[in-house]
Amino acid sequence: MSLISIFKSSIGKKLLMALSGIFLVVFLTQHFLINITSVFSEEIFNFLSHFMGNNPIVQFILQPILIFGVIFHFVMGFYLEIINRKSRGANYSRYAGGDNAPWISRNMIFSGGVVLLFLILHFYDFWVPEMNYKYIEFRPEDPNRYYEELIHKFESPVRTSIYSVSFIFLALHLLHGFSSSFKTIGVDSKYYKPIKSLTFIFSILIPFGFIFIAVFHNIMH
Amino acid sequence: MKLNLKIWRQQDSESKGGFENYVIDDITPDMSFLEMMDVLNQKLIYENIDPISFDHDCREGICGSCSLFINGRAHGPDKGITTCQLHMRKFKDGDSIVIEPFRAKSFPIIKDLVVDRSAFDRIQHSGGYISINTSGNTQDANTTPIRKEDADNAFDAATCIGCGACVATCKNASAMLYVSAKVSQFSYLPQGKVEAKERVLNMVKQMDDEGFGNCTNTGACEVECPKGISIKNIARMNREFYKAKI
Ligand code: HEM
Ligand code: FES
Repeated sequence: MSLISIFKSSIGKKLLMALSGIFLVVFLTQHFLINITSVFSEEIFNFLSHFMGNNPIVQFILQPILIFGVIFHFVMGFYLEIINRKSRGANYSRYAGGDNAPWISRNMIFSGGVVLLFLILHFYDFWVPEMNYKYIEFRPEDPNRYYEELIHKFESPVRTSIYSVSFIFLALHLLHGFSSSFKTIGVDSKYYKPIKSLTFIFSILIPFGFIFIAVFHNIMH
Repeated sequence: MKLNLKIWRQQDSESKGGFENYVIDDITPDMSFLEMMDVLNQKLIYENIDPISFDHDCREGICGSCSLFINGRAHGPDKGITTCQLHMRKFKDGDSIVIEPFRAKSFPIIKDLVVDRSAFDRIQHSGGYISINTSGNTQDANTTPIRKEDADNAFDAATCIGCGACVATCKNASAMLYVSAKVSQFSYLPQGKVEAKERVLNMVKQMDDEGFGNCTNTGACEVECPKGISIKNIARMNREFYKAKI
């Protein structure tokens, strides 16, 4: 049996959803660990950002993989949502979905959609200026510019609020998605308890950590 | 008890169908939901109206025939029961009750509240069996030692009555709980190991061909399942599926 044929099946498509989700979770952790240094050390934050922004492996291998991963994840998410809605055929006139499944698990496309809108803003905020700086205007590299750029962004209370609300939706997305992905990859049910705890810790800690960083810079500068 | 019923009527699979309202008032709390439907149908027959078609057989929660989506829930309010085990004491005098067929593209409506669940049979035929020679020379089952835990898990999975409540309630109309139960009931046992690979591959393929949706682990199915089949069977089936493919 060829490995590719897995992905033609419903289970295989779901597996891709889970794997791309887990990949994004790993990326998110890395992103958070770098950003949190901005709270206590301008030097470390500048050093790490400069490294990430100029290392050829990060720039030309990891970054395209990441962009592919994000696009893949949400395109697959929308695709599966459409397929799944079609499987119902005619809709129920009354459907008490809340009686047997939590809101977060039934609205992944909504929480994911909010995160997608956020990602568009986030790209416009950081990635586009960054690409412009490096590859269009070819401005000289200044290893100390990152911290200034960061705090400048969070001077705006509007931006800080939009970021905070988006991260709440990311938390909701992860509260279901994180544990769901382990079920999809077939982890045995004896591990469900620790996975549940880990899901809760991760889904609260990381998004609220990001909110903390945004609010911190908004208040301090 | 007096009840206002809003019931889906559809002449046949081709017709459009729509809701009809009925008022019924000689219902006692001790009646089962299906008995309430019987009383209504008797009334309709006296009035020369075509009685409402609905599925039922054993009326004791073992055959899986009775379906119905009642007030937004498969098999109505309450957990772990079929519609024939639902009693009118779960409702109050004057309640409005919406009764619809199970809805899924793979469960086409035959008439009124009766849907065609033969997609489940086709999935079962595609691999839900073991090919053992039973012509007089079968071995005593107890000669094959089986871990108590495995035997229990296999038995739990085997309690699935194929009613389709999992599909009806799942927001994706996914049949993964059903298929995973049918896979697990064999895969936990040594007799089922022999054909494990083909079984899971064929059953999943048939499930996909029938047009059921894709599981997103909401867990609604295990809540509505009258037999309490656990969603852990789905993760187990996924695992079996990957192993079979690799
Ligand atoms: C770009 C916007 C996003 C959209 C539209 C989106 C959409 C979805 C959808 C529809 C699902 C499947 C629903 C389900 O399994 O119940 C899903 C699952 C998941 N998502 Fe996202 N998502 C997005 C962003 C993210 C991000 C940024 C992360 C992580 C940092 C993430 C992590 C996950 C995980 C772990 C799963 C679980 C996979 C599984 O259930 O097997 N998603 N996402
Ligand atoms: S009629 Fe047999 S389970 Fe309800």
